[in-house]
Amino acid sequence: MNITIIDILWWFLSVVAIFSALMMVTSKNPVYSVLWLIATFFAISGHYILLNAQFLAIVNIIVYAGAIMVLFLFVIMLMNLNKETEPQKNRWLKIAGALAGGCLMLILVAALKDAAAKEQVASVNQGNIGLIKNLGKELFTTYVVPFEISSVLFLSAMVGAVVIGKKE
Amino acid sequence: MPILNYIILSIALFSIGIVGVLTRRNAIIIFMCIELMLNAVNLLLVAFSKMHMNAAFKAGDLAGTAGTDGQIFVFFIMVVAAAEVSVGLAIIVMMYRNIHSVDVNFLNRLKQ
Repeated sequence: MNITIIDILWWFLSVVAIFSALMMVTSKNPVYSVLWLIATFFAISGHYILLNAQFLAIVNIIVYAGAIMVLFLFVIMLMNLNKETEPQKNRWLKIAGALAGGCLMLILVAALKDAAAKEQVASVNQGNIGLIKNLGKELFTTYVVPFEISSVLFLSAMVGAVVIGKKE
Repeated sequence: MPILNYIILSIALFSIGIVGVLTRRNAIIIFMCIELMLNAVNLLLVAFSKMHMNAAFKAGDLAGTAGTDGQIFVFFIMVVAAAEVSVGLAIIVMMYRNIHSVDVNFLNRLKQ
């Protein structure tokens, strides 16, 4: 079995994604959690680039790491949350939660490791379905109605956020 | 890259999100764990889309636009997530203004 540069990149990005996700869950300080989650999103964007889904990689960085996480960071800093004000569950509840999540992971892996699609291969580093030319054409022909409805969704979310957030 | 690798990576990220939701009490961290779960699903959708493209290519579809739908779905999931985050953070800010805490345990007074 020969190891290519794609294998090395894949394993590196996977280890970075899982490690920073674990650090996000276990950090005591909420600001550190946000920064670790941004690292996870960058690793997932690296996976998108590896799969040649370049449009989604850029959108992931702009929307998630750029807009959503900055919103989280602003809210945490406005509330002045830090390590001292962080509420903690007791130890048994934490152990029970970790056990429950581990059981879910065990069952999903056991159920899917013999799935029918096991021999299939996700083609890495080739194919042009993830480029903006193909996605834009599809988005403005087949999926034009959901695309326009999502603009209404954004408007209602904007109005809702202002109405909920304003002082009475 | 075999599809099984992507499946197991996504399951791992999703389970870490579940563990975060179950073990933390800060409402903002719980919200971030939900974002992590959405991203795990997005990664798997993109991997499946490339898997379909590969299968169609081997079956002789040389134009190669099979599997575009999966990536469009990921785009719409991101749209919905952005709208969800704006409303959810507004609700958390309002909750903080009323009870001066982001601890989800204080929300049990909603049942009264």
